[in-house]
Amino acid sequence: MTDTPDISPIRTAVRKNLGARYRAELRFRAAGLGAVAAAVGILIILLSSIVSGGLPAFTAHELALTVDLDREAVDPMGDGSEDSLRRGGYSRILQSAMRAEFPEVQARRDLRNLFSLYTALNATRLMDDVLEDPSLIGTRHVFTMPLADDLDLYLKGHLVDDRTLSTNGRLTLTDEDRDVLVRSSATDFRDLAAEVSRTLRARATVLEVEADALELRAEGLTGTEAEDMLYEAQVNRRQAADIRATLDAGAGPIELDGSLPSIIVESDQRAVLLTSLARDGATARGRYLLGGGEIEPTEAWTLYVIDTPAERRRVSDQLIVWTRALEERGAIRAVFNTYLFANADSREPELAGVKGALYGSILTMIITIMISVPIGVFTALYLEEYAPKNRFTALIEVNINNLAAVPSIVFGLLGLAVFINAFGLPRSAPLVGGLVLSLMTLPTVIIATRAALQAVPQSIRQAALAVGASRTQTVFHHVLPLAAPGILTGAIIGLAQALGETAPLLMIGMVAFIADAPTLGLEGFTQPATVMPVQVFLWSDGAERAFQARTGAAILVLLALMIGFNALAIYLRRRFERRW
Amino acid sequence: MTDTPLNPPADLPIKVTARNVVVSYSGKQALHDVSIDIPDRSVTAFIGPSGCGKSTFLRCLNRMNDTIDGAVVSGSLTIDGQEINDKTIDPVVLRASVGMVFQKPNPFPKSIYDNVAYGPRIHGLALTRPELDEIVENALRKAGLWDEVSDRLNHPGTGLSGGQQQRLVIARAIAVNPEVILMDEPCSALDPIATARIEELIDELRENYCIIIVTHSMQQAARVSQHTAFFHMGHLVEYGSTEDIFTNPRDKRTQDYITGRFG
Repeated sequence: MTDTPDISPIRTAVRKNLGARYRAELRFRAAGLGAVAAAVGILIILLSSIVSGGLPAFTAHELALTVDLDREAVDPMGDGSEDSLRRGGYSRILQSAMRAEFPEVQARRDLRNLFSLYTALNATRLMDDVLEDPSLIGTRHVFTMPLADDLDLYLKGHLVDDRTLSTNGRLTLTDEDRDVLVRSSATDFRDLAAEVSRTLRARATVLEVEADALELRAEGLTGTEAEDMLYEAQVNRRQAADIRATLDAGAGPIELDGSLPSIIVESDQRAVLLTSLARDGATARGRYLLGGGEIEPTEAWTLYVIDTPAERRRVSDQLIVWTRALEERGAIRAVFNTYLFANADSREPELAGVKGALYGSILTMIITIMISVPIGVFTALYLEEYAPKNRFTALIEVNINNLAAVPSIVFGLLGLAVFINAFGLPRSAPLVGGLVLSLMTLPTVIIATRAALQAVPQSIRQAALAVGASRTQTVFHHVLPLAAPGILTGAIIGLAQALGETAPLLMIGMVAFIADAPTLGLEGFTQPATVMPVQVFLWSDGAERAFQARTGAAILVLLALMIGFNALAIYLRRRFERRW
Repeated sequence: MTDTPLNPPADLPIKVTARNVVVSYSGKQALHDVSIDIPDRSVTAFIGPSGCGKSTFLRCLNRMNDTIDGAVVSGSLTIDGQEINDKTIDPVVLRASVGMVFQKPNPFPKSIYDNVAYGPRIHGLALTRPELDEIVENALRKAGLWDEVSDRLNHPGTGLSGGQQQRLVIARAIAVNPEVILMDEPCSALDPIATARIEELIDELRENYCIIIVTHSMQQAARVSQHTAFFHMGHLVEYGSTEDIFTNPRDKRTQDYITGRFG
């Protein structure tokens, strides 16, 4: 642009609104950039939350026990037959192995507690091991099993807030009445005692504030309601006063209960849960959770504090102590969670895996691919290349487009009515699931294929026809190869959609708890199965907290499956495109 | 108005005849009663303004109108005395002997070799690979492309220049050894140098084939053709030796068109 004055009125007019044009362009670009940034941001948040939620499920803590596969216990009939081996007392074998780890545990209640370190379903796994390899009978065999889900979470640090404090003094443990007297030569408990009394004072303050609030509210009221409130306030005040009185007395121990952090003294395979702290900061009382008897004074000891009060967590101090002891002995190790891939669904999170759903998804997809791709592609080919353009074909076209907009659950209903009720196909089977998902995928494949065929230049068809190729030769030699990348893209979009679908499977019984994985063979198509998104859905609803991480892990597996699927599609597309 | 069949001016054998050919697309008449005799081993040019029916007539000769929905062709068309506008005549057989070259070069997105070999392959003209190689080489030589592409036969045909592509397409058409070659404005998408090469090629091919070319360029018609037919509004107005048409047109419309008064 020059500075010479414009004579032309057109130039003046153009220049006048030039600024507005550029501003509009800038606004549009900014909006576009903002949209992309928002999309990327949301994707990152989504992925990172799934990954951080799901990653813990990929490791598991495994408990290795040396089990004594005593011939009499395993083979009660003594003939080594499968029938006899199935009647073996495998739970008892596991239980005695556990008891061997902790011989001091004798009471029935404590034993039941001890056996909850693992799920009883592991007895079946031990039986399977024996059935698979009968030479194990009569030997001592190291059997590994997943630790109970809550304790696994505890070891991963997801269940409680805890800390280990180092100590300065020498520790002496003396039996006194039914308690253990814990003594340190230094004031190792002083800080903890101060902490506990602060917590108690804070609790007293809260009670008093609540009482104030109740009294204030009662002022405006009359009758029994007001009386109840005033009474409650009075109780609160009395409790607060009790707490303060005990703390202010100066002498006497501070009692610890389930509403306060658990303090555990640990020393060489012994653990004492403190029940009271003396004011001197050097002595405390407690009871043995592990080991027992008096010990030589030692400096090798630590204080293990679980800040989450016992009342507010799912695992007791006792179970935590046993778990820590087993970990220290090397019986518990963190390993890659093979159970997640080797097992189908289970009620016990530690044994639950995605194998069943993964196989179900694979089998279902095989059916869907085998049905929807050929039918869809050939339908589109016929409609696009052969069918006359008349009212009837226009009607078919409109209906195919409408079919794409039908809610997927309706296809499920159709599958139930036609495939299961009319044709008598089995429920929950990948065959039926695949058929239903094929119906759902068909319109997508047809529409994408037609678009891809329309994109093939007419001149190519003319060229082929002009050298004397028949219509079919034209289509299969020239049009279809050129449309293949587009067809593949469409088919993959449709199939990826089908892979992530749960609603249509609801009706045909594939949204169900199925504890056995289908076999990856011909017979697998009719065995009960479920699919990956259903597994995600079922686990997300699981009561056990460990299912949370498993849900994330299942989503990651599903995502990996999708990415693998898409990668395959891109690879195939590249290969087709290389033929220019 | 009825066009009278017009005889070719020279004493060449007649290859293609048309009698009272009428074409309509979905009821709309595009060609009125065209009758013409086209001689063998020469170039016949169809000229006329856009939409005059010359391309429509050309497409009747290899039944390409069959591929258009709603197209109806009536009348009699013969090649070597054999009726071709007949449902009993397979268009696939017909098109094997009537090659066609289109306005825009349309090589298949395959290698140069495969482009030329496609016709012989589908018609089973070569039984062995060396035979096919020979057919491909001959066709490319006849199309004047051999020297330029002999060292890269496996390169994509779409990678050639526009003029080369058009010659490749001609090679593809002559690879099946047709009797008639139809060319629908073969040079309209090419630059003058490429056009000159194609025109040279057409002149060479005249020795062996009956060539019918539709063109918008009157200079091109004058340069390459021996006979010229002038179409206007779906009618064949005038047909004769190219020299006569351009120097001594009998019809007023022909005169107006070639002197550039319309079109």
